[in-house]
Amino acid sequence: MWNTIVNSTPEIFWAGIKFTIPLTLISFAIGFVIAVVTALVRISHPKGNPIFAGLWELLKLFLSFYVWLFRSTPLLVQLFIVFFGLPNIGIQFDAFTAGIITFSLNTGAYCSETVRGAISSIPDSQWEAAYSIGMTYRQVLFRIVFPQALRVALPPLSNSFIGLVKDTSLASSITILEMFMVSQQIAAKNYEPLLMYSIVAIVYAVFCTVLSIAQYYLEKYMSRYVQVTGE
Amino acid sequence: MIRLEHVDKQYADHHALNDINVEFPEHETTVILGPSGAGKSTLLRSLNLLERPQSGAYQINDETVDFSKELPTSQILRVRRKTGMVFQSWNLFPHLTILQNITEGPIHVLKQPKAQAEQVATELLKQVGLDGTQHRYPSQLSGGQQQRISICRALAMNPEYILFDEPTSALDPELEAQVLHVLLNLAQSKQSMVVVTHNMEFARRVATKIVFVEDGKIEFDGTPAEFFDHPTERIHDFLNGMQF
Repeated sequence: MWNTIVNSTPEIFWAGIKFTIPLTLISFAIGFVIAVVTALVRISHPKGNPIFAGLWELLKLFLSFYVWLFRSTPLLVQLFIVFFGLPNIGIQFDAFTAGIITFSLNTGAYCSETVRGAISSIPDSQWEAAYSIGMTYRQVLFRIVFPQALRVALPPLSNSFIGLVKDTSLASSITILEMFMVSQQIAAKNYEPLLMYSIVAIVYAVFCTVLSIAQYYLEKYMSRYVQVTGE
Repeated sequence: MIRLEHVDKQYADHHALNDINVEFPEHETTVILGPSGAGKSTLLRSLNLLERPQSGAYQINDETVDFSKELPTSQILRVRRKTGMVFQSWNLFPHLTILQNITEGPIHVLKQPKAQAEQVATELLKQVGLDGTQHRYPSQLSGGQQQRISICRALAMNPEYILFDEPTSALDPELEAQVLHVLLNLAQSKQSMVVVTHNMEFARRVATKIVFVEDGKIEFDGTPAEFFDHPTERIHDFLNGMQF
Protein backbone atom coordinates (compact mmCIF):
# COMPACT_ATOMS: atom_id res chain seq x y z
CA MET A 1 0.00 0.00 0.00
CA TRP A 2 2.81 2.39 0.89
CA ASN A 3 4.26 1.86 -2.59
CA THR A 4 0.91 2.70 -4.21
CA ILE A 5 0.68 5.91 -2.24
CA VAL A 6 4.25 6.95 -3.03
CA ASN A 7 3.80 6.19 -6.73
CA SER A 8 0.41 7.78 -7.36
CA THR A 9 0.44 10.86 -5.12
CA PRO A 10 2.98 12.80 -7.22
CA GLU A 11 1.00 11.99 -10.36
CA ILE A 12 -2.22 13.32 -8.83
CA PHE A 13 -0.43 16.34 -7.40
CA TRP A 14 1.11 17.07 -10.79
CA ALA A 15 -2.34 16.99 -12.43
CA GLY A 16 -3.36 19.57 -9.81
CA ILE A 17 -0.44 21.84 -10.71
CA LYS A 18 -1.07 21.41 -14.42
CA PHE A 19 -4.86 21.70 -14.57
CA THR A 20 -6.72 22.22 -11.30
CA ILE A 21 -4.73 25.28 -10.20
CA PRO A 22 -4.60 27.04 -13.60
CA LEU A 23 -8.31 26.34 -14.16
CA THR A 24 -9.13 27.80 -10.76
CA LEU A 25 -6.86 30.82 -10.93
CA ILE A 26 -7.70 31.87 -14.49
CA SER A 27 -11.44 31.27 -14.04
CA PHE A 28 -11.59 33.13 -10.77
CA ALA A 29 -9.61 36.08 -12.13
CA ILE A 30 -11.93 36.39 -15.14
CA GLY A 31 -14.97 35.63 -12.98
CA PHE A 32 -14.04 38.38 -10.53
CA VAL A 33 -13.78 40.95 -13.31
CA ILE A 34 -17.16 39.81 -14.66
CA ALA A 35 -18.58 40.01 -11.13
CA VAL A 36 -17.37 43.57 -10.51
CA VAL A 37 -18.53 44.86 -13.90
CA THR A 38 -21.91 43.13 -13.51
CA ALA A 39 -22.41 44.47 -10.00
CA LEU A 40 -21.42 48.02 -10.95
CA VAL A 41 -23.74 48.09 -13.94
CA ARG A 42 -26.60 46.65 -11.92
CA ILE A 43 -26.34 49.26 -9.16
CA SER A 44 -25.98 52.20 -11.55
CA HIS A 45 -28.77 54.65 -12.42
CA PRO A 46 -28.18 56.14 -15.85
CA LYS A 47 -29.32 59.74 -16.33
CA GLY A 48 -29.51 62.11 -19.25
CA ASN A 49 -29.81 60.97 -22.88
CA PRO A 50 -32.96 58.79 -23.02
CA ILE A 51 -31.63 56.50 -25.77
CA PHE A 52 -28.49 55.79 -23.79
CA ALA A 53 -30.51 55.30 -20.61
CA GLY A 54 -32.82 52.89 -22.43
CA LEU A 55 -29.93 50.83 -23.77
CA TRP A 56 -28.37 50.82 -20.32
CA GLU A 57 -31.58 49.47 -18.77
CA LEU A 58 -31.53 46.76 -21.43
CA LEU A 59 -27.96 45.87 -20.46
CA LYS A 60 -29.03 45.69 -16.80
CA LEU A 61 -31.87 43.39 -17.77
CA PHE A 62 -29.49 41.18 -19.73
CA LEU A 63 -27.08 40.96 -16.78
CA SER A 64 -29.92 40.04 -14.41
CA PHE A 65 -30.82 37.29 -16.85
CA TYR A 66 -27.21 36.10 -16.96
CA VAL A 67 -26.96 35.94 -13.15
CA TRP A 68 -30.29 34.14 -12.95
CA LEU A 69 -29.33 31.65 -15.64
CA PHE A 70 -26.01 30.61 -14.13
CA ARG A 71 -27.34 30.42 -10.61
CA SER A 72 -30.39 28.40 -11.61
CA THR A 73 -28.73 25.62 -13.60
CA PRO A 74 -26.22 22.97 -12.46
CA LEU A 75 -22.57 23.67 -13.19
CA LEU A 76 -22.17 20.17 -14.64
CA VAL A 77 -24.97 20.84 -17.12
CA GLN A 78 -23.40 24.19 -18.05
CA LEU A 79 -20.09 22.42 -18.75
CA PHE A 80 -21.83 19.86 -20.95
CA ILE A 81 -23.72 22.52 -22.91
CA VAL A 82 -20.56 24.55 -23.59
CA PHE A 83 -18.31 21.60 -24.44
CA PHE A 84 -20.63 18.98 -25.97
CA GLY A 85 -23.64 21.10 -26.92
CA LEU A 86 -22.35 24.25 -28.60
CA PRO A 87 -20.42 22.36 -31.37
CA ASN A 88 -23.88 21.46 -32.73
CA ILE A 89 -24.36 25.10 -33.69
CA GLY A 90 -20.81 25.46 -34.90
CA ILE A 91 -19.20 26.86 -31.76
CA GLN A 92 -16.32 24.63 -30.76
CA PHE A 93 -13.78 24.99 -27.96
CA ASP A 94 -11.04 22.70 -26.76
CA ALA A 95 -11.82 21.20 -23.35
CA PHE A 96 -9.62 23.57 -21.35
CA THR A 97 -11.11 26.68 -22.96
CA ALA A 98 -14.64 25.36 -22.47
CA GLY A 99 -13.78 24.80 -18.82
CA ILE A 100 -12.39 28.31 -18.37
CA ILE A 101 -15.45 29.88 -20.05
CA THR A 102 -17.95 27.94 -17.99
CA PHE A 103 -16.19 28.28 -14.65
CA SER A 104 -15.61 32.03 -15.21
CA LEU A 105 -19.23 32.72 -16.08
CA ASN A 106 -20.50 30.57 -13.24
CA THR A 107 -18.30 32.07 -10.56
CA GLY A 108 -18.86 35.55 -12.04
CA ALA A 109 -22.61 35.19 -11.55
CA TYR A 110 -22.28 34.17 -7.90
CA CYS A 111 -19.58 36.71 -7.05
CA SER A 112 -21.49 39.57 -8.71
CA GLU A 113 -24.18 39.14 -6.06
CA THR A 114 -21.50 39.15 -3.37
CA VAL A 115 -19.95 42.35 -4.74
CA ARG A 116 -23.35 44.00 -5.21
CA GLY A 117 -24.31 43.20 -1.63
CA ALA A 118 -20.98 44.43 -0.30
CA ILE A 119 -21.29 47.75 -2.14
CA SER A 120 -24.83 48.27 -0.82
CA SER A 121 -23.61 47.50 2.69
CA ILE A 122 -21.46 50.64 2.74
CA PRO A 123 -23.61 53.31 4.43
CA ASP A 124 -24.99 56.23 2.40
CA SER A 125 -23.17 58.54 4.78
CA GLN A 126 -19.89 57.52 3.11
CA TRP A 127 -21.27 58.51 -0.29
CA GLU A 128 -22.49 61.82 1.16
CA ALA A 129 -19.19 62.60 2.85
CA ALA A 130 -17.31 61.92 -0.37
CA TYR A 131 -19.77 63.94 -2.46
CA SER A 132 -19.44 66.78 0.02
CA ILE A 133 -15.75 67.17 -0.83
CA GLY A 134 -16.69 67.48 -4.48
CA MET A 135 -15.94 63.98 -5.72
CA THR A 136 -17.58 62.58 -8.85
CA TYR A 137 -19.67 59.39 -8.79
CA ARG A 138 -16.75 57.47 -10.22
CA GLN A 139 -14.30 58.81 -7.64
CA VAL A 140 -16.65 58.03 -4.76
CA LEU A 141 -17.21 54.54 -6.08
CA PHE A 142 -13.60 53.60 -6.73
CA ARG A 143 -11.76 55.58 -4.06
CA ILE A 144 -14.18 55.44 -1.12
CA VAL A 145 -16.86 52.78 -1.47
CA PHE A 146 -15.17 49.99 -3.39
CA PRO A 147 -12.13 49.58 -1.09
CA GLN A 148 -14.45 49.29 1.91
CA ALA A 149 -16.80 46.95 0.07
CA LEU A 150 -13.93 44.66 -0.84
CA ARG A 151 -13.24 44.06 2.84
CA VAL A 152 -16.87 43.11 3.41
CA ALA A 153 -16.84 40.89 0.32
CA LEU A 154 -13.64 39.05 1.14
CA PRO A 155 -15.07 36.18 3.25
CA PRO A 156 -17.87 35.30 0.79
CA LEU A 157 -15.49 35.74 -2.16
CA SER A 158 -13.07 33.34 -0.50
CA ASN A 159 -15.94 30.91 -0.13
CA SER A 160 -16.56 31.08 -3.87
CA PHE A 161 -12.86 30.73 -4.59
CA ILE A 162 -12.45 27.64 -2.41
CA GLY A 163 -15.69 26.27 -3.85
CA LEU A 164 -14.28 26.73 -7.32
CA VAL A 165 -11.14 24.70 -6.49
CA LYS A 166 -13.37 21.74 -5.71
CA ASP A 167 -15.82 22.40 -8.55
CA THR A 168 -13.01 22.04 -11.08
CA SER A 169 -13.26 18.28 -10.37
CA LEU A 170 -16.33 18.45 -12.64
CA ALA A 171 -13.97 19.29 -15.50
CA SER A 172 -13.08 15.58 -15.51
CA SER A 173 -16.42 15.02 -17.20
CA ILE A 174 -15.41 17.14 -20.19
CA THR A 175 -12.15 15.22 -20.71
CA ILE A 176 -9.82 17.55 -18.82
CA LEU A 177 -7.06 15.55 -17.15
CA GLU A 178 -7.31 17.29 -13.79
CA MET A 179 -6.65 15.66 -10.42
CA PHE A 180 -9.90 13.79 -10.02
CA MET A 181 -9.72 12.38 -13.56
CA VAL A 182 -6.16 11.17 -12.94
CA SER A 183 -7.12 9.53 -9.66
CA GLN A 184 -9.99 7.75 -11.44
CA GLN A 185 -7.62 6.47 -14.09
CA ILE A 186 -5.14 5.17 -11.53
CA ALA A 187 -7.94 3.53 -9.53
CA ALA A 188 -9.14 1.77 -12.67
CA LYS A 189 -5.68 0.25 -13.09
CA ASN A 190 -4.73 -0.68 -9.52
CA TYR A 191 -8.21 -1.49 -8.13
CA GLU A 192 -7.61 0.76 -5.10
CA PRO A 193 -10.54 3.24 -5.38
CA LEU A 194 -10.74 3.92 -1.64
CA LEU A 195 -7.06 4.76 -1.47
CA MET A 196 -6.98 6.80 -4.70
CA TYR A 197 -10.05 8.88 -3.92
CA SER A 198 -8.80 9.44 -0.37
CA ILE A 199 -5.49 10.68 -1.73
CA VAL A 200 -7.17 13.07 -4.15
CA ALA A 201 -9.46 14.29 -1.36
CA ILE A 202 -6.42 15.05 0.78
CA VAL A 203 -4.70 16.93 -2.06
CA TYR A 204 -7.87 19.09 -2.53
CA ALA A 205 -7.89 19.70 1.21
CA VAL A 206 -4.23 20.76 1.12
CA PHE A 207 -4.91 23.26 -1.70
CA CYS A 208 -7.95 24.66 0.10
CA THR A 209 -6.10 24.91 3.41
CA VAL A 210 -3.36 26.96 1.78
CA LEU A 211 -6.06 29.26 0.39
CA SER A 212 -7.76 29.56 3.77
CA ILE A 213 -4.48 30.61 5.34
CA ALA A 214 -3.97 33.17 2.58
CA GLN A 215 -7.51 34.42 3.23
CA TYR A 216 -6.72 34.84 6.92
CA TYR A 217 -3.76 37.09 6.20
CA LEU A 218 -5.55 39.02 3.46
CA GLU A 219 -8.48 39.65 5.81
CA LYS A 220 -6.11 40.79 8.50
CA TYR A 221 -4.46 43.20 6.09
CA MET A 222 -7.73 44.56 4.75
CA SER A 223 -9.11 45.06 8.25
CA ARG A 224 -6.06 47.02 9.43
CA TYR A 225 -8.19 50.14 9.85
CA VAL A 226 -10.86 48.43 11.94
CA GLN A 227 -10.40 48.74 15.67
CA VAL A 228 -10.74 45.41 17.47
CA THR A 229 -12.80 45.86 20.61
CA GLY A 230 -10.87 45.26 23.79
CA GLU A 231 -7.54 46.17 22.24
CA MET B 1 -23.54 85.57 0.10
CA ILE B 2 -25.91 82.64 0.08
CA ARG B 3 -29.46 83.56 -0.87
CA LEU B 4 -32.47 81.24 -1.09
CA GLU B 5 -35.68 82.41 -2.78
CA HIS B 6 -38.99 80.55 -2.67
CA VAL B 7 -37.27 77.23 -2.04
CA ASP B 8 -39.72 74.38 -1.71
CA LYS B 9 -39.36 70.68 -1.04
CA GLN B 10 -42.24 68.32 -0.61
CA TYR B 11 -42.28 64.63 0.24
CA ALA B 12 -45.38 62.55 -0.34
CA ASP B 13 -46.88 63.32 3.07
CA HIS B 14 -44.69 66.07 4.37
CA HIS B 15 -43.77 69.63 3.42
CA ALA B 16 -40.08 69.68 4.35
CA LEU B 17 -39.27 73.18 3.07
CA ASN B 18 -42.14 75.61 2.61
CA ASP B 19 -41.31 78.75 0.61
CA ILE B 20 -37.92 79.39 2.20
CA ASN B 21 -36.52 82.90 1.69
CA VAL B 22 -33.32 83.55 3.59
CA GLU B 23 -29.80 84.87 3.33
CA PHE B 24 -26.61 83.59 4.93
CA PRO B 25 -24.11 86.47 4.91
CA GLU B 26 -20.46 85.98 4.10
CA HIS B 27 -17.82 85.94 6.86
CA GLU B 28 -20.52 85.45 9.45
CA THR B 29 -21.86 82.56 11.50
CA THR B 30 -25.53 81.85 10.94
CA VAL B 31 -27.09 79.39 13.38
CA ILE B 32 -30.21 77.49 12.36
CA LEU B 33 -32.40 76.50 15.30
CA GLY B 34 -35.69 74.70 15.56
CA PRO B 35 -37.41 71.59 16.92
CA SER B 36 -36.62 68.12 15.58
CA GLY B 37 -38.08 67.39 12.19
CA ALA B 38 -38.55 71.09 11.44
CA GLY B 39 -36.49 70.92 8.24
CA LYS B 40 -33.20 72.35 9.55
CA SER B 41 -31.07 69.55 8.15
CA THR B 42 -32.98 69.48 4.87
CA LEU B 43 -32.37 73.20 4.52
CA LEU B 44 -28.66 72.83 5.26
CA ARG B 45 -28.22 69.79 3.01
CA SER B 46 -29.88 71.66 0.15
CA LEU B 47 -26.98 74.09 0.24
CA ASN B 48 -24.52 71.47 -1.01
CA LEU B 49 -27.16 69.67 -3.06
CA LEU B 50 -27.24 66.47 -1.01
CA GLU B 51 -30.96 67.29 -0.91
CA ARG B 52 -32.64 68.59 -4.02
CA PRO B 53 -35.60 70.92 -3.47
CA GLN B 54 -38.21 70.86 -6.22
CA SER B 55 -38.40 74.59 -6.84
CA GLY B 56 -36.86 77.91 -5.94
CA ALA B 57 -33.59 79.67 -6.58
CA TYR B 58 -30.33 79.28 -4.73
CA GLN B 59 -27.45 81.65 -5.12
CA ILE B 60 -24.03 81.07 -3.64
CA ASN B 61 -21.67 83.93 -4.50
CA ASP B 62 -21.36 83.92 -8.30
CA GLU B 63 -23.26 80.66 -8.83
CA THR B 64 -27.04 80.50 -9.30
CA VAL B 65 -28.97 77.24 -9.09
CA ASP B 66 -32.52 76.82 -10.35
CA PHE B 67 -34.02 73.94 -8.37
CA SER B 68 -36.92 73.51 -10.77
CA LYS B 69 -34.53 72.26 -13.46
CA GLU B 70 -32.41 69.13 -13.76
CA LEU B 71 -28.97 70.26 -12.58
CA PRO B 72 -25.96 69.52 -14.76
CA THR B 73 -23.31 67.43 -13.01
CA SER B 74 -20.72 70.14 -13.59
CA GLN B 75 -22.82 72.63 -11.63
CA ILE B 76 -23.42 70.20 -8.79
CA LEU B 77 -19.66 69.67 -8.50
CA ARG B 78 -19.01 73.45 -8.61
CA VAL B 79 -21.50 74.11 -5.80
CA ARG B 80 -20.06 71.29 -3.69
CA ARG B 81 -16.56 72.69 -4.10
CA LYS B 82 -17.79 75.99 -2.70
CA THR B 83 -19.33 74.33 0.37
CA GLY B 84 -17.68 72.12 2.96
CA MET B 85 -19.85 69.89 5.11
CA VAL B 86 -19.40 68.59 8.63
CA PHE B 87 -21.80 65.81 9.58
CA GLN B 88 -23.38 64.86 12.89
CA SER B 89 -21.61 61.49 12.93
CA TRP B 90 -18.49 62.93 11.24
CA ASN B 91 -18.42 60.26 8.48
CA LEU B 92 -14.67 60.05 8.09
CA PHE B 93 -13.41 57.52 5.55
CA PRO B 94 -12.54 54.56 7.78
CA HIS B 95 -10.12 52.92 5.35
CA LEU B 96 -7.93 56.01 5.01
CA THR B 97 -5.48 57.41 7.54
CA ILE B 98 -6.17 60.79 9.14
CA LEU B 99 -3.75 62.46 6.72
CA GLN B 100 -5.35 60.72 3.73
CA ASN B 101 -8.83 61.70 4.94
CA ILE B 102 -7.82 65.35 4.84
CA THR B 103 -5.77 65.25 1.62
CA GLU B 104 -8.18 63.05 -0.39
CA GLY B 105 -10.21 66.02 -1.66
CA PRO B 106 -7.31 68.43 -2.28
CA ILE B 107 -5.32 65.80 -4.20
CA HIS B 108 -8.07 64.09 -6.19
CA VAL B 109 -10.64 66.87 -6.57
CA LEU B 110 -8.54 70.04 -6.56
CA LYS B 111 -5.54 68.23 -8.14
CA GLN B 112 -3.09 69.77 -5.70
CA PRO B 113 0.39 68.24 -5.50
CA LYS B 114 0.57 65.66 -2.72
CA ALA B 115 3.33 67.44 -0.79
CA GLN B 116 1.38 70.69 -0.73
CA ALA B 117 -1.84 68.99 0.36
CA GLU B 118 -0.02 67.17 3.15
CA GLN B 119 1.61 70.35 4.35
CA VAL B 120 -1.77 72.11 4.52
CA ALA B 121 -3.28 69.08 6.30
CA THR B 122 -0.54 69.09 8.92
CA GLU B 123 -1.06 72.81 9.44
CA LEU B 124 -4.81 72.25 9.93
CA LEU B 125 -4.18 69.38 12.35
CA LYS B 126 -2.02 71.69 14.43
CA GLN B 127 -4.82 74.27 14.51
CA VAL B 128 -7.28 71.75 15.96
CA GLY B 129 -4.71 70.33 18.36
CA LEU B 130 -4.34 66.95 16.68
CA ASP B 131 -0.87 67.10 15.15
CA GLY B 132 0.69 63.65 15.48
CA THR B 133 -2.41 61.69 14.52
CA GLN B 134 -1.53 61.80 10.79
CA HIS B 135 -0.88 58.11 10.36
CA ARG B 136 -3.61 56.75 12.58
CA TYR B 137 -7.00 55.52 11.40
CA PRO B 138 -10.30 57.19 12.38
CA SER B 139 -11.38 54.19 14.48
CA GLN B 140 -8.40 54.82 16.74
CA LEU B 141 -9.61 58.29 17.72
CA SER B 142 -12.42 59.53 19.98
CA GLY B 143 -15.61 60.99 18.56
CA GLY B 144 -14.53 64.52 19.43
CA GLN B 145 -11.18 64.00 17.73
CA GLN B 146 -12.84 62.51 14.66
CA GLN B 147 -15.17 65.49 14.44
CA ARG B 148 -12.23 67.88 14.57
CA ILE B 149 -10.57 65.85 11.80
CA SER B 150 -13.74 66.11 9.72
CA ILE B 151 -13.63 69.88 10.16
CA CYS B 152 -10.05 69.77 8.82
CA ARG B 153 -11.26 67.68 5.89
CA ALA B 154 -13.81 70.37 5.05
CA LEU B 155 -11.34 73.23 5.59
CA ALA B 156 -8.67 71.61 3.39
CA MET B 157 -10.93 72.17 0.38
CA ASN B 158 -10.83 75.89 1.13
CA PRO B 159 -14.60 76.22 0.69
CA GLU B 160 -16.46 79.51 0.56
CA TYR B 161 -18.91 78.27 3.20
CA ILE B 162 -18.75 75.49 5.76
CA LEU B 163 -22.01 73.80 6.69
CA PHE B 164 -22.30 72.09 10.07
CA ASP B 165 -25.11 69.60 10.56
CA GLU B 166 -25.52 69.19 14.33
CA PRO B 167 -21.76 68.77 14.71
CA THR B 168 -21.81 68.04 18.44
CA SER B 169 -25.09 66.16 18.93
CA ALA B 170 -23.35 62.79 19.09
CA LEU B 171 -20.69 63.89 21.56
CA ASP B 172 -20.59 64.00 25.34
CA PRO B 173 -20.09 67.45 26.91
CA GLU B 174 -16.31 67.35 27.29
CA LEU B 175 -15.74 66.31 23.69
CA GLU B 176 -18.43 68.75 22.58
CA ALA B 177 -16.49 71.60 24.17
CA GLN B 178 -13.36 70.71 22.18
CA VAL B 179 -15.31 70.82 18.93
CA LEU B 180 -17.14 74.04 19.81
CA HIS B 181 -13.81 75.62 20.59
CA VAL B 182 -12.69 74.89 17.02
CA LEU B 183 -15.93 76.38 15.68
CA LEU B 184 -15.44 79.48 17.81
CA ASN B 185 -11.95 79.97 16.37
CA LEU B 186 -13.32 79.60 12.86
CA ALA B 187 -16.05 82.14 13.55
CA GLN B 188 -13.48 84.59 14.89
CA SER B 189 -11.37 84.12 11.75
CA LYS B 190 -14.42 85.26 9.72
CA GLN B 191 -14.98 81.90 8.06
CA SER B 192 -18.48 81.90 6.49
CA MET B 193 -20.47 79.26 8.35
CA VAL B 194 -24.00 77.91 8.62
CA VAL B 195 -24.52 75.80 11.72
CA VAL B 196 -27.48 73.63 12.64
CA THR B 197 -27.27 72.98 16.36
CA HIS B 198 -29.22 72.41 19.54
CA ASN B 199 -26.57 74.11 21.63
CA MET B 200 -28.15 77.40 22.76
CA GLU B 201 -25.00 78.54 24.51
CA PHE B 202 -23.15 78.32 21.20
CA ALA B 203 -25.95 80.10 19.35
CA ARG B 204 -26.01 82.92 21.88
CA ARG B 205 -22.25 83.43 22.04
CA VAL B 206 -21.05 82.74 18.52
CA ALA B 207 -23.89 83.36 16.06
CA THR B 208 -24.10 86.66 14.23
CA LYS B 209 -27.50 85.68 12.90
CA ILE B 210 -30.20 83.25 14.02
CA VAL B 211 -32.70 81.54 11.76
CA PHE B 212 -35.51 79.67 13.50
CA VAL B 213 -37.22 76.98 11.44
CA GLU B 214 -40.45 75.18 12.21
CA ASP B 215 -42.66 72.98 10.03
CA GLY B 216 -40.50 73.77 7.01
CA LYS B 217 -41.02 77.52 7.41
CA ILE B 218 -38.74 80.26 8.65
CA GLU B 219 -40.35 81.65 11.78
CA PHE B 220 -37.58 83.99 12.80
CA ASP B 221 -34.66 85.63 11.02
CA GLY B 222 -32.62 88.11 13.04
CA THR B 223 -29.88 88.73 15.56
CA PRO B 224 -29.15 86.56 18.63
CA ALA B 225 -29.99 89.54 20.85
CA GLU B 226 -33.51 89.79 19.43
CA PHE B 227 -33.94 86.03 19.51
CA PHE B 228 -32.90 85.45 23.09
CA ASP B 229 -33.81 88.75 24.73
CA HIS B 230 -37.08 89.55 23.00
CA PRO B 231 -38.44 86.18 21.96
CA THR B 232 -41.88 85.79 20.46
CA GLU B 233 -44.25 83.53 22.33
CA ARG B 234 -43.37 80.52 20.17
CA ILE B 235 -39.63 81.06 20.56
CA HIS B 236 -40.13 81.56 24.28
CA ASP B 237 -41.85 78.15 24.45
CA PHE B 238 -39.06 76.59 22.39
CA LEU B 239 -36.36 78.00 24.64
CA ASN B 240 -38.23 76.96 27.76
CA GLY B 241 -38.66 73.48 26.33
CA MET B 242 -34.87 73.19 26.24
CA GLN B 243 -34.74 73.41 30.02
CA PHE B 244 -35.98 70.91 32.55
